[in-house]
Amino acid sequence: MLYLYDGALDVPKILKEWYEQEEKSNYGAYIPFVGTVRSEDNIEGLSFDIYEPILNSWFEAWQKKAEAKGAVIKMAHSRGDVMLHESSYIAAVFSPKRRVALEFIDEFVEDFKASAPIWKYDLKGGKRVYALDRSTAIEGSGLLS
Amino acid sequence: MVRVEFLGPIQKEPLELEITNLNELAKILQEDESMKEWLENSAVAVNDTLVNSRDIALKDGDRVVLLPPVCGG
Repeated sequence: MLYLYDGALDVPKILKEWYEQEEKSNYGAYIPFVGTVRSEDNIEGLSFDIYEPILNSWFEAWQKKAEAKGAVIKMAHSRGDVMLHESSYIAAVFSPKRRVALEFIDEFVEDFKASAPIWKYDLKGGKRVYALDRSTAIEGSGLLS
Repeated sequence: MVRVEFLGPIQKEPLELEITNLNELAKILQEDESMKEWLENSAVAVNDTLVNSRDIALKDGDRVVLLPPVCGG
């Protein structure tokens, strides 16, 4: 399941909800990754734009890959502003055995960074500054150049 | 008409164009100096499916979006 929220994520609540959704599903492993906004380069926080139609299809493709391995992926992400020491991203894999979940969370988060249609901005002096130098061009970019 | 939208940080209003393929769109956008860098690093989706070829026919009502470099998380 994919969950989008306005502003920072309520991490304890989301992790608890996901745990409760699957505690009787006979998964042996629950491996979450939580992304938190760190203080660096004098930012006040981060801000995010999301393009939902393509995010949804990208996530569905990963959900199918997970199902083929008997696993489930859940992901939560923020829209808009998230301030220092708040969290904007949670991904978690549930699987029968730990090895699948550990490998899957790594592959999933790497592809998320490279492909998910989400744009990040630094919040500086109350302005949004696009984080171009930390962003990755989606595979196939430059088609119209 | 084909609607063209620019996502994320690209500060450009949507366009409504009489075009029949992505080559025609490329030609139009290449004439816009403000789009030069974005064309080099943006991906393209037609009706919300990412595409890897310009040889795709466009018809009335189709939607094209440009997706600049991403950074979720």
